Amino acid sequence: MVYMIYARMSKKERRGIMKVCITAQGATPDAKVEERFGRAPYFILMDSETEAFEAVANPFADGAGGVGPKAAQLILNHQVAVLISGLLGGNAKAVFESAGVSMYIYRSGGSVLDALKEFKNNTLERAK
Amino acid sequence: MKLAVASGKGGTGKTMVAANLAFTLSRTEPVTLVDCDVEEPDLNLFFSGSATTTDVTVPVPVIDDASCDRCGKCGEFCQYGALTVLRDRVLFFPELCHSCGGCTLVCPKRAIHEEPKRIGTLSVSAPLPGLNLISGLLDTGSSRTVPIIRAIKERANNDPLVICDSAPGTSCPVVETLDGCDACILVTESTPFGLHDLRLAVDVTARLGVPAGIVINRSDGKDEATVRFCIDHDLEILMTIPFSREIAAIQSRGDLLCQVRPEWQKDFSALAAKCKSLAGVEE
Repeated sequence: MVYMIYARMSKKERRGIMKVCITAQGATPDAKVEERFGRAPYFILMDSETEAFEAVANPFADGAGGVGPKAAQLILNHQVAVLISGLLGGNAKAVFESAGVSMYIYRSGGSVLDALKEFKNNTLERAK
Repeated sequence: MKLAVASGKGGTGKTMVAANLAFTLSRTEPVTLVDCDVEEPDLNLFFSGSATTTDVTVPVPVIDDASCDRCGKCGEFCQYGALTVLRDRVLFFPELCHSCGGCTLVCPKRAIHEEPKRIGTLSVSAPLPGLNLISGLLDTGSSRTVPIIRAIKERANNDPLVICDSAPGTSCPVVETLDGCDACILVTESTPFGLHDLRLAVDVTARLGVPAGIVINRSDGKDEATVRFCIDHDLEILMTIPFSREIAAIQSRGDLLCQVRPEWQKDFSALAAKCKSLAGVEE
């Protein structure tokens, strides 16, 4: 099982150094994970190795529509390799799939750091 | 004269009023009935007959991959998130596109041109002498009601007497239907829910500058709250239709009240006359 996950990983993922984006309710890694992608108040961009982070406020959170693709474009502009969120709409998923960004689902109610830990332990499920 | 029939709350009887008003008037003057509820048109249930149907299309962008250098300007410009620029291609989400054409203008390589995309249909029929029916129907899966409503109203533009049966509610399709009308009949029912939504609908007509009059349908004789609201807001109650099992039965069969019970024609003629003075149209 672990081998199968490893085999599906990209080169960058295997090296273990990558930029991970986690949707958050606040601007720090101890903020609670926001389940929705497009309307998340913040995107926390973290180096999976060093856990250094950058908080990006989501300007589209209150938008009327088309929020998924716009937020996805914003994330892509930051050269993110992995996205962790709770709920992704069809349009956002299409963007990330086409761009080769891996999507994982975290809905356990913990913080951004908790989600990153689970990702590093390979206990997160990929988005379907 | 362009007259709209709207409501607020759904199911109050807009189509019933629009259909019977159109039927009654068409006996003495040419009437064009426009079914502006393009997600669920139902006037065809009361006025059947063969129709000529044409496609309604909107322009959407098509990107020439050879000329595109993925600069990202089209995606930045698009207010609706319809264009996402990746490293190797541009993703287009047609259901988000509002056909503004802006992307074609901002592309520095002129790599974008527009092509028509079908969103629904427009149908024209003449079910009765003196009565033309124009209906719009949005394709399942599409969300672009407004261009279809615009197209069907445009079709009726030069006709002397136009009655637009609106969709329920107060959002984009209703605003598009009401825009440019000389008067609006708001059909309501005397329930707390009906009154709540009537307030919202009155607000829309006021903001659009369309004079509105009220028809209370399915009245049980206890309309005090609705009547008080109309008095407070200087709205005339044009007609009150009582709650009647017989009327409901006639409606459910797809029959016209004014045809089955011709004595109702004088009530709907009176309604038409009141609408004309509401609209400031000379007789």
